[in-house]
Amino acid sequence: MQPEVNDFVIKVATVNGSGSASANGLLSKSLFRMGIPVSAKNIFPSNIQGLPTWYEIRANSSAHTGRSPNVSLLVAMNPQTFAQDIPAVTSGGYVLYDSTWPIGKDLMREDVTFVEVPLTALSVEAFPDVKVRLLMKNITYVGAVAALLEVDLDVIRELLNEIYATKPHLSEANMKAIGLSYDYVKKSFATPLPFRAQKMNGTEGKVMMNGNTACALGCLYAGATVAAWYPITPATALTDAFQQLCRRYRKDPDTGKSLACIIQAEDEIAAVGMAVGAGWAGARAFTPTSGPGISLMNEVLGFAYFTEIPVVVFDVQRCGPSTGMPTRTQQGDILSSAFASHGDTQHILLFPANPEECFYLSAQAFDFAERFQTPVFVLSDLDIGMNEWMCSPLEWDDSYVPNRGKVLCQRDLEKIDKFYRYLDSDGDGICYRTLPGVDPKGAYFLRGSGHNQFGRYSELASEYVANADRLKKKFRTAANELPEPVICTAAAGDNARSSRPRSSDLGVISIGSCDPAVLESIDALAGEGIRLDYMRITAYPFSGKVQQFLDDHERCVVIEQNRDAQLRSLLILETEVAKDRLSSILNYGGLPPDAVFLSQSIKTIYNGKGHYELRNEA
Amino acid sequence: MSYGTKPKVLHPSVAPNKIGLYERDYEGAMSTLCAGCGHDSVTSAIVRALYELAIEPHTVAKFSGIGCSSKTPTYFLSTAHGVNSLHGRMPSIATGAGAANRDLHLIGISGDGDSLSIGLGQFCHAARRNLNMLYVLMNNGVYGLTKGQFSASADVGSKRKKGEANKFNPIDPAQLAISLGASFVARSFSGDKQQLIPLIKAGMLHKGFAFLDVISPCVTFNDHETSTKSYMHTRENRQEVVHMDFIQPAGEISASFDAGAVQRVTLHDGTPILLKKADADYNPSDPTVAQSYIREHQLKGQIVTGLLYMEETDEDMHTLADTVDMPLIDIPYHKLSPGAEALRKLQESFR
Repeated sequence: MQPEVNDFVIKVATVNGSGSASANGLLSKSLFRMGIPVSAKNIFPSNIQGLPTWYEIRANSSAHTGRSPNVSLLVAMNPQTFAQDIPAVTSGGYVLYDSTWPIGKDLMREDVTFVEVPLTALSVEAFPDVKVRLLMKNITYVGAVAALLEVDLDVIRELLNEIYATKPHLSEANMKAIGLSYDYVKKSFATPLPFRAQKMNGTEGKVMMNGNTACALGCLYAGATVAAWYPITPATALTDAFQQLCRRYRKDPDTGKSLACIIQAEDEIAAVGMAVGAGWAGARAFTPTSGPGISLMNEVLGFAYFTEIPVVVFDVQRCGPSTGMPTRTQQGDILSSAFASHGDTQHILLFPANPEECFYLSAQAFDFAERFQTPVFVLSDLDIGMNEWMCSPLEWDDSYVPNRGKVLCQRDLEKIDKFYRYLDSDGDGICYRTLPGVDPKGAYFLRGSGHNQFGRYSELASEYVANADRLKKKFRTAANELPEPVICTAAAGDNARSSRPRSSDLGVISIGSCDPAVLESIDALAGEGIRLDYMRITAYPFSGKVQQFLDDHERCVVIEQNRDAQLRSLLILETEVAKDRLSSILNYGGLPPDAVFLSQSIKTIYNGKGHYELRNEA
Repeated sequence: MSYGTKPKVLHPSVAPNKIGLYERDYEGAMSTLCAGCGHDSVTSAIVRALYELAIEPHTVAKFSGIGCSSKTPTYFLSTAHGVNSLHGRMPSIATGAGAANRDLHLIGISGDGDSLSIGLGQFCHAARRNLNMLYVLMNNGVYGLTKGQFSASADVGSKRKKGEANKFNPIDPAQLAISLGASFVARSFSGDKQQLIPLIKAGMLHKGFAFLDVISPCVTFNDHETSTKSYMHTRENRQEVVHMDFIQPAGEISASFDAGAVQRVTLHDGTPILLKKADADYNPSDPTVAQSYIREHQLKGQIVTGLLYMEETDEDMHTLADTVDMPLIDIPYHKLSPGAEALRKLQESFR
């Protein structure tokens, strides 16, 4: 193996609930602080204590932050999964393990180096107090890894001092545990390994952030005041973050009372009902959930669509159907969100690809919901929502004024003769609304049953059709106002939005969190002379640019994280593209896609002819 | 007829209320329910109560679910916003509206199908949350719009029109509401406006979850001899335990109660009311007494009506959540956004 600097994958295998999260976070943050672009994927079970859990840290000097399957160093702390973890190490890689728990001979590999460190024995010796020892159990491997890869101990110390600013004794104890294994490894093995960490300048000005926090920040800055929710992985952390932010930034300076109302509902039906009720009454309201929650919310979502009430729904997608794999990622709710509810219902969807976009699109979602008076979905996923991503710091423009859309205030009402809720006076399908409690002239009776342009109950076919068609017109109006797809042409070579004509025969189309792996494989394939245009969809309904990209390319491949090629289906339904011109690359096992699989698959399609459907079976 | 214009006749004898509005100003569209439906009586009691309270109609927000009773918000307060929402989901819609604008007077109208089957969960949790609203359940023991199926409030042995008897135990919404911590629980009968109007008024002024169960017979599907939710059965078997009267400055107290005492209580907004007890042993401020009393009489086939339970409290969903006193929708945006600098500072900890 060639000596490599800042290009490796550490996979830590531990047991859930054993305190490994802080050790893993410390490791990845230390690499980040050393200036090395890093990504971290927490692969955890739906369990509180006792089941296997993994944490993958990828350091990559070229700032490729997608998941990589090439494990260079396995930290094997869980004997339960030795048989699964050891064979997955890349040839020439290393296995660090606690020699207190020996690895069976059958699992030993010739092409992998085993680094035995008596982690348990070391900590037993150093921490006679059982309680302290349990706390320090996992932190010990941080020292061993630091020694093997030359992770800067000063950076680790600095981080510990920040984390335990109010409990300096804990910082001491952690550092002691780290020092023990660090010294042991330094003394007993040739270090560093052929791959190692070295300070560089790749994270200057960057931050590490998860998408759920970013979404919560988007809600905060958009001026959302009502949040209703029901606990569900992986969306709960979004509400947690919003709650914390409100405690910090949403206290009335005079009274200390809250400038937001956060309600834990009895289920997702009630949660979305509350958000819709608040939207009707004039608040910016949202509800965070995941796939099963969307299923429950369907009836209310159709009601809000048909009665035209603004509301923002966050779907942090996970593996379905049913309970599925609640702690694994997927993009399986594209179709069920686009058409959530019965009858002719369609919704605006926004697809952030990283925490940065989670922030900006979340904030914009409230403007879209109010401008178009309809539910707006932000479709994040577990990978973006719960993992720490390296990204540019979020920025806010203080001149921002919420776009409340067409809301008539008391003064507006004074000027008009009579108010009719569903009269399309501007011809864009968007009508004027009023809020309760403002003025008797604005009063109207909202109903999910058939209504005419005056807001009155109606069962007349012509009035029903006129209203249904106006809703469709509104939806088309929205298509031209939503964020454009991000198009990266092979010639432009970066993320610049470009209207250049096609520069490759095969176009790549993807969505959301597939982005880092797609970019990496496009990069890798460019090195092999395969030049590809790339369009990342950011919103539904699709803008004209989407059709344009499809028209510009003889064939396209749609990369997404579900079994049924849902984005491809939506493209076929909503554009003029012919079915056989869209191939699929599908990754739906619950792990984020990796560039190795994507590159191989794209190459197969590029070199072949016609339609393909390739799936990741790993 | 799906909607209609109701002629607004102003009789010379009618007087305006404190804010210069007439009773007709509290009315809505023409009812499309069956002639003689108990719900229409409840609607007119609501109109009268709001007129007497002199509430600005547009400060009220009306909510309902799905069913015959849920149609009634169209029939009162045509100058108030209203939401005819989804089956069993009225409480959550009202909760959201109340969260956004705490100054709205929330009135929720529901039925026994809407509240006790499909919407039982939302009903219970609105009570637990102590949402500041008047929740009126028009209770007739059947699903009317779908033509006479039993509801969850039908008594065991009560018969359908064609003779089939209900076998399942009924859910008593009043007992349930008390056990869930509702701070105002009353039961009345659509045929008794004397009792109903003051209860609606008190429920409107009460801060917190005010629940009013109104036996409101279904003339089409459940008003026959073998029904326990008929006009006849309700008239014969109901017993008023606590009658509530508003103290009018010059009004007389019409005491038709031999036994028991008169108790003076003050509502949250300072309005004094008189509670006249038919049974001296009854204590409407003790939830356990209230529950066992209702249950005891229920086993004897009697329907206890009047103010069943009231807790003098000023707690509601907003005080529990510690939200600001002003409606959230009235907070200017600059108070909601922490600003660019705060965002920059916050992200220093993300490094």
